[in-house]
Amino acid sequence: MILLQRYIAFIFLLLGIPVTAGTLIVSPDGPVYSVKAALEQAAAGDTILVRAGVYKEYNLLIDKPVTLMGEGLPVIDGEDQGEIIRVVADNVHIEGLLIRNVGTSYTSDHAAIRMVRCENFLIKNMVFEKLFFGIFLEKSNKGIISGNKITGDATDEYSSGNGIHLWYSHEVKVLDNSVEGVRDGIYLEFSDHILIKDNTSKGNLRYGLHFMFSNNDTYINNVFKDNGAGVAVMFSKHIKMFDNHFLKNWGTASFGLLLKEINDSEIKGNVFEQNTVGINIEGSNRVHYDSNDFISNGWAVKVLGACYTNIFTRNNFLSNSFDVSYNNSMNDNTFHGNYWSEYTGYDLNKDGVGDVPYRPVKLFSYVVNRTPETLVLLRSLFVDMIDFSEKVSPVFTPDALVDATPLIKRRK
Amino acid sequence: MFKILKYSFYDLMRSRWSYVYLLFYLALGFVLLFLNNDLSKGVITLMNVIVILVPLIGTIFGVMYYYNSREFTTLLLALPLKRFTIFIGQYLGVGLSLSFSLLIGLGIPFASYGLFQSDAVGQFSLLLITGVFLTLIFTAISFSIALYNDNKIKGFSYAILLWLIMAVIYDGVFLMTLVVFEEYPLDNFSILATLLNPIDLSRILILLKLDISALLGYTGAIFQGFFGTGAGMVVSLSCLALWVILPCMNMYRKARVKDF
Repeated sequence: MILLQRYIAFIFLLLGIPVTAGTLIVSPDGPVYSVKAALEQAAAGDTILVRAGVYKEYNLLIDKPVTLMGEGLPVIDGEDQGEIIRVVADNVHIEGLLIRNVGTSYTSDHAAIRMVRCENFLIKNMVFEKLFFGIFLEKSNKGIISGNKITGDATDEYSSGNGIHLWYSHEVKVLDNSVEGVRDGIYLEFSDHILIKDNTSKGNLRYGLHFMFSNNDTYINNVFKDNGAGVAVMFSKHIKMFDNHFLKNWGTASFGLLLKEINDSEIKGNVFEQNTVGINIEGSNRVHYDSNDFISNGWAVKVLGACYTNIFTRNNFLSNSFDVSYNNSMNDNTFHGNYWSEYTGYDLNKDGVGDVPYRPVKLFSYVVNRTPETLVLLRSLFVDMIDFSEKVSPVFTPDALVDATPLIKRRK
Repeated sequence: MFKILKYSFYDLMRSRWSYVYLLFYLALGFVLLFLNNDLSKGVITLMNVIVILVPLIGTIFGVMYYYNSREFTTLLLALPLKRFTIFIGQYLGVGLSLSFSLLIGLGIPFASYGLFQSDAVGQFSLLLITGVFLTLIFTAISFSIALYNDNKIKGFSYAILLWLIMAVIYDGVFLMTLVVFEEYPLDNFSILATLLNPIDLSRILILLKLDISALLGYTGAIFQGFFGTGAGMVVSLSCLALWVILPCMNMYRKARVKDF
């Protein structure tokens, strides 16, 4: 028993909570009947243990460093009245609650949990249902959001909120969360040094992940699936995107990943599968695309103007309708050592590198960029013929746009 | 008419080429599905084949049959039969036997790979419907051309030229028009230009039923708005039907006045 106490004390020490803390128990049978009352009674460093039950509460204010912990997934039902929990203190730990029915407001962005100017927080293993905003961080730094499950019922973009929303918040870790059915799964604005890892964001109305003006962020091993438009990354630099999956973002205005004004970033080991556009690139420079898989997309990479010194290497391009599409004849990007499933060259010296350069831009994709209406001729014999003749003797497509060292076998 | 149809039909059914044609489709269907078990993807690949090959085969078979059976036709003309019945009977014999080869040749492989349990049934039936229409259209046109030309070489050349125009050159002109007049709104023009060419019309009808239609973007949405509706489907099927009826009427007109 003493050993156990020491063990617990050690954990609390790790979390930065004083060991001398008391515990308040909230339960439908007492001693405390509501979370609100417990929060008022608690002293700094206390633990509030919420037993299973349904608590109809909203506008709960946490203004001291406490641990709010649920046992057996107690339910806090806001009955659509407004915000549920607002945190304004550092070192707050919230875990194991189910929060549902967050009120909708177009003026004050009600959230299930709103953190205002907090540090060192931990939000863990929470479940959110029927929400407007899920977790809303406002100028809150150095926290962890982990293992939460957010399930919204959004139907319209204008009347729905985001799952995890970060605004002016730095050095936050977002780990193992699952977000679906909201407007933007994960949203970042003016937030630097964020780590987003092992999350699943699917079936959201707008973007699976959406961020703007946020630098030095890292995304690892996330899954973005079936979102309205995909993932949008805009106006940021020094972004690292590794081993993410972008799946089935399929629709007339959808894409796997949209890069707009992204500079000095790395995109490595990601899989883009069955998206209308794999990566849509606008005004992005010095981005390194390495070891990504582009499988069965409409366009694997669509480059729209002002993209310079990007490097594409060791990527697999497999059965995309268009591998690379350009809207101008100027090219300053390099392609080398990629595998192209449509490559028909040979390798006489058997070094695994094709002897004939591959031209990834088809004439038809060039025509389509100029006059989008011509897409109605997709898969007609004439188009195949002009593509073939352009492949044999390029006239219109950028001369320098070649992969001089295409791989013969798919990179494993 | 039905007697002649029957004779032509049986004659063709007994001919080697019908079997070759049937076997070709059987092999194509099985190989496609063997290499790639996905029925929907099979439909996409088949679309390319059907839209190009079916008209070509219809054209060649039509011209060939007309010239080969000319002696039989002359014999029939000596009998108290309406001229139109003779030609329409022969035409339907060729058209229907080719259609049967297509239906059976593709139907068997797809059915054996579980077509009826999958959701590709709609796409596949549309594929077969357009395939049959294309067969009937191009056989009719080639019969018409053969009626006009007693010279076999000339007849063949015109028929092949017509296929080339419909399958390739038309699209080239269409593409150039779109590029040259890109400043103007081209939505209605594109729809009209598509309706006027049975090959393009079939291609678009099938494409719009497949996932790939999302690629078509803005124009695709306009096309979906037109062809995706019940009314649009009726208009496009009537267009295809018109392409069968017009050459037949021409055949009727020409057959009545032609001096054999």
